[in-house]
Amino acid sequence: MAQSSSTVGAATGYRPSATLPFAAEFRRQASRRRTQLALGFMVLLPLIILVAFQFDSGEDDRNGGGEFASLSDLATSGGLNFTLFALLVSASFLLVVVVALFCGDTVASEASWGSLRYLLAVPVPRARLLAVKLLVALAYSALALLLLAGTALLAGTLRYGWEPLRSQVAAQLEPGEGLLRLLAVLGYLAVVLLAVAGLAFLLSVVTDAALGAVGGAVLLWILSSILDQITALGGIRAFLPTHYSSAWLGLLSTPVQTDDVVRGGISAIGYATLFWSLAFWRFTRKDITS
Amino acid sequence: MRSPLSAAPVRRALGTRRRRIVAGSVAAVLVAAAVVWATRSDEAGFRTESALVTVRSGPAGDEPVDLDTTFYLPDDASAGRKVPAVLLAHGFGGTKESVRADAEDLAAQGYAVLAWTARGFGRSGGQIHLDSPDYEVRDAERLLDWLAARPEVRTDAAGDPRVGVVGGSYGGGLALLLAAQDRRVDAIVPMITWNDLSRAFLPESTGKDATSGVFKKGWAGIFFGGGGNAGSGPAGLSGTSAAEPEGAPASAGPPGPAPGSGPGTGSGRAPAGAADPACGRFAADVCAAYLRIATTGRAEPADVDLLRRSSPAGVLEKIKAPTLLVQGEADSLFPLAEADANARGIAAAGTPVRVAWYTGGHDGGAGPRNDSDRVKYLTLQWLDHYVRGSGGAPGDDFTYSRIAGFDALDRGLVATGFRTADYPGLAGDGRREVAVTGPAQPVANPPNGNPAAISSVPFAGALGSLLDGVAGDVPGQHARFESQPLAEAVDVAGSPTLSIRAASPTGEAVLFVKLYDVDPGGAATLPNGLVAPVRLTGLPTEIGAAPPVTVTLPAIVRRIEAGHRLRIVVATTDQAYTTPAEPTVHTVAAGDGPVVLPTVAGEPIPTTATVWRWVLAGLLAAIAVGLVTVVLLARRRHRRQDSSVHPQYAGVPLAVRQLRKEYADGFVAVSNVDFEVHPGQVVGLLGPNGAGKTTTLRVLMGLTQPTAGEIYVFGRRLVPGSPVLSRIGALVEGPGFLPHLSGLDNLKAYWRATGRPWAEAHFDEALEIAGLGDSVHRRTRKYSHGMRQRLAIAQAMLGLPELLVLDEPTDGLDPPQIAEMRRVLQRYATDGRAVLVSSHLLAEVEQTCTHAVVVNKGRIVASGPVEQIVGESPSVLFDVTDPAAARDVLGRLDGVTVLPDSDGNLVVDTNGTARSEVVAELVRAGIGVDRVVPRRRLEDAFLALVGENSRGSGDR
Repeated sequence: MAQSSSTVGAATGYRPSATLPFAAEFRRQASRRRTQLALGFMVLLPLIILVAFQFDSGEDDRNGGGEFASLSDLATSGGLNFTLFALLVSASFLLVVVVALFCGDTVASEASWGSLRYLLAVPVPRARLLAVKLLVALAYSALALLLLAGTALLAGTLRYGWEPLRSQVAAQLEPGEGLLRLLAVLGYLAVVLLAVAGLAFLLSVVTDAALGAVGGAVLLWILSSILDQITALGGIRAFLPTHYSSAWLGLLSTPVQTDDVVRGGISAIGYATLFWSLAFWRFTRKDITS
Repeated sequence: MRSPLSAAPVRRALGTRRRRIVAGSVAAVLVAAAVVWATRSDEAGFRTESALVTVRSGPAGDEPVDLDTTFYLPDDASAGRKVPAVLLAHGFGGTKESVRADAEDLAAQGYAVLAWTARGFGRSGGQIHLDSPDYEVRDAERLLDWLAARPEVRTDAAGDPRVGVVGGSYGGGLALLLAAQDRRVDAIVPMITWNDLSRAFLPESTGKDATSGVFKKGWAGIFFGGGGNAGSGPAGLSGTSAAEPEGAPASAGPPGPAPGSGPGTGSGRAPAGAADPACGRFAADVCAAYLRIATTGRAEPADVDLLRRSSPAGVLEKIKAPTLLVQGEADSLFPLAEADANARGIAAAGTPVRVAWYTGGHDGGAGPRNDSDRVKYLTLQWLDHYVRGSGGAPGDDFTYSRIAGFDALDRGLVATGFRTADYPGLAGDGRREVAVTGPAQPVANPPNGNPAAISSVPFAGALGSLLDGVAGDVPGQHARFESQPLAEAVDVAGSPTLSIRAASPTGEAVLFVKLYDVDPGGAATLPNGLVAPVRLTGLPTEIGAAPPVTVTLPAIVRRIEAGHRLRIVVATTDQAYTTPAEPTVHTVAAGDGPVVLPTVAGEPIPTTATVWRWVLAGLLAAIAVGLVTVVLLARRRHRRQDSSVHPQYAGVPLAVRQLRKEYADGFVAVSNVDFEVHPGQVVGLLGPNGAGKTTTLRVLMGLTQPTAGEIYVFGRRLVPGSPVLSRIGALVEGPGFLPHLSGLDNLKAYWRATGRPWAEAHFDEALEIAGLGDSVHRRTRKYSHGMRQRLAIAQAMLGLPELLVLDEPTDGLDPPQIAEMRRVLQRYATDGRAVLVSSHLLAEVEQTCTHAVVVNKGRIVASGPVEQIVGESPSVLFDVTDPAAARDVLGRLDGVTVLPDSDGNLVVDTNGTARSEVVAELVRAGIGVDRVVPRRRLEDAFLALVGENSRGSGDR
């Protein structure tokens, strides 16, 4: 037989591995308003912060220390610091919502439109459909992160200059070194957000309601953050997916503190793998009822 | 929540709801177990006995004193199973309760721990003699006797317990002095303690004797105040060990006695002399010495002798017990130099010594968590080896640590530990010279030392120096000398040295030399708030004639980054010290040499992070391996999949064989469906709503797993995702489009998802069938129901699949469109193609299809060519004037039978007899015939089943 066994009996030109190409799914998502809005906001946010800093009255109302106060004090000291500040203010909630949106909406919305069954009848193999959807959602999440950081870096550098990266907890870093640290922070944020991506994606597969998947992931994330504040939980907190979400601050000190970063990476990758495995397990077996 | 096929039996056994309850309960139990496991209180593992032990001490060993003790004994200790002991001493101002946490830790590790309140404190009797060999040290010797008498405590010989002595500050001094005085001690761990008490309180940094020292009045006052009222002193002093001092900056109270608890308000057991308001519970000689020194700011030789009596400095060579010296970097009371002197003195006698510095101290408290954990580990390692006799030799490498920044998670400080093979002392194992320059500057000594510069606030050192610091110099009272920005970073570990020159009209000056780290932004940091006080005498009046004097600064551990400058500040005042009362103006100039910074080439201590890094690598590897395994397994399963062609159905577009679909809740949607679709046929799947049509189609599309039965498409077994599905175009359960795309874009997006070549799609034909005109460029969210339906049919026809499956295709179409659709479908089923249409409308099937399959309640009721079942049948419905008479007439006719009819109509099977003949017979019998309606089999079957139960067999 000339044809490979997998395409035996298929229509001409059909190959399972050629169905739903990455580019096709990327275009499907790109045409959606929510994708455009989310990415657009990532560009807009640093500019809004930049404008907001212009209203700085110069009053020094230091309300205690804390890394937030120190980073916000330093935000206008250079492009790198501005980027860091933009990341700091977005990391705990905005980026979580955006990642949950991209990963939680992707399968559930197809289910709610009814187009999922037509994709499966193409047939796009279920595992392939899920893999492509996941990769595209992750690609958009990464794009959002890069857009935010890139815009902040560009706008911040144009406005405040190419200055060393300063922080109150460690010596200032030369711009080149500072940029590396910033990239490391970005990388760590991306890894931590994998846990959100995993949770949202699992919910997306389980439910047909896109809003439920996105909202559910964000809600659970917030719940985890709240539980993490309760010190009475002691060692259990280390198992919360949000426990190490601010460990990236350690990347700013000299020498770099990677202990919590590594642990956070293990936690995030572990959770993401667990959630994605469940998602694949569920989706490749379930009856599509929508 | 439909069940996967494999687990179906189990799932069926447990109802859906019960399954959820079970799953929920399991999850709840797991969570509860985790909570219990994580928060379970550590089982005590030991018991405690509190008692007042009366010992006899004093110079002659005959003065009884009651000591308040607590003995912590591990549960498994007994006369048959003896355990090693630890004598745990508390810090100044504390009691045995101050060391409870440490005692419990050690007891949990299997040591019998004896903690006691030193004489002069708490409920113990006696007076404070400042770790005097005749009093406090002798008390401790008696406690060793007490330990040796306990049956549970291991002994080396009769009366010689196997014991280690652990203590911090006041307790650390006791450990050293006891080890020097009593050979029964097997190992000691003195922490943050002194070598020479006179030098600690009267330091002089050019190497002069304590009689020339500058009085450290701040700390001395705290000590004296704390001793005067036992138990109420600053908590930082009472902590026994660095591992568990209660003086962490956050919790430290005001650095002085609590209000209302001045000297003399101590325990009722204090001797009558305690009523002395000036001395509190201090012994008279100690009190008198303090009062003298504090009054003048200078120490007489007698006072120095008294303090030296309480110092290990003179007796170090007698210490034979292996010693682990832990000293704090944030400690302006007993700086690193104290431990250094102890280490050299003890090592000179050939006794094993190990030195560890950590970032806490009397100012810095326990230090960051990871740092205090290191100290705990070192302590236990030392005791385990030298007291218990287990574990390898700890070695003599030197460890130290440096504040690295804030912990990202709990906002505390984080220290990085370093290690080097040999203890380098305070001079480091390398040196960096940095030149500082500046003109000679006049500095004023204010009367009575007020206002004074602030270098350290007790208990706030680590935090203070890190965050801008509390350090502040008074203008006019200090001189500055600065270096150029450093070309590269330097890791200072040890005592920097430098030289200054000074001139004074009085010939004498008390100066404070400090080394600041100045960042490029101009912020200056005084590492750990440490200063070097110097008392210079014989100074010339002109600076030109002043000789350079070498000053040894307190040892620090700090990384000075590249681009930072060094700043030497020489000030006349410091709040923590007593300075000359007379106002003077000195002149200060830089010396003749550079600042020498000692460096240590330490390597970072691998922390648990190393383990976690391996865990991370292992996790990633496991994921990679798992992924590859899953993919390989999937491929293998795929290859094993039945790809053979069933010879019987090779040319048949669709063959459904005994299909059954049963849902998890036991509902049977399709019980037994069996039909075929052949090329050229348009087959109608006819049945009322809920007959199982859609379920059948969904199984056919691979959306749902059948419970039993097979589907063959061109002879190939169809399972979800079978490649052969690509030869089927489908419209199942209504259209599904991306609402934000136009109709055309939707079709394109769909075709892109198939991954097949554009040429295969036949867009033009499909668009023609859709017949949407310009609306094809509008977004589908604006489409009417009918437009969507047409677009969905067009999508199903993309690529001209050999089998077209349409679920209620005419739903939403208007009559002309329905008619057009019929023609389209009939045309489509040519060239070997076939169409399967489901409908609940008899007329539609009748007019569109060549064949029909009638289903009801999940079963096939009738099937065959439409002309065969729809065409004329032998049964006829007669509408007559007299049905009863007609029955008689018809009954007489040969071969003609009257069929039962529920509605009272006359339905007759003519069975070959011509209808005209039957009518003629009736007319002949005088019965009026109003209507003669030929009945069709399909209608019979369909109406019969609908008539029986118009609600169908369920909502499917």
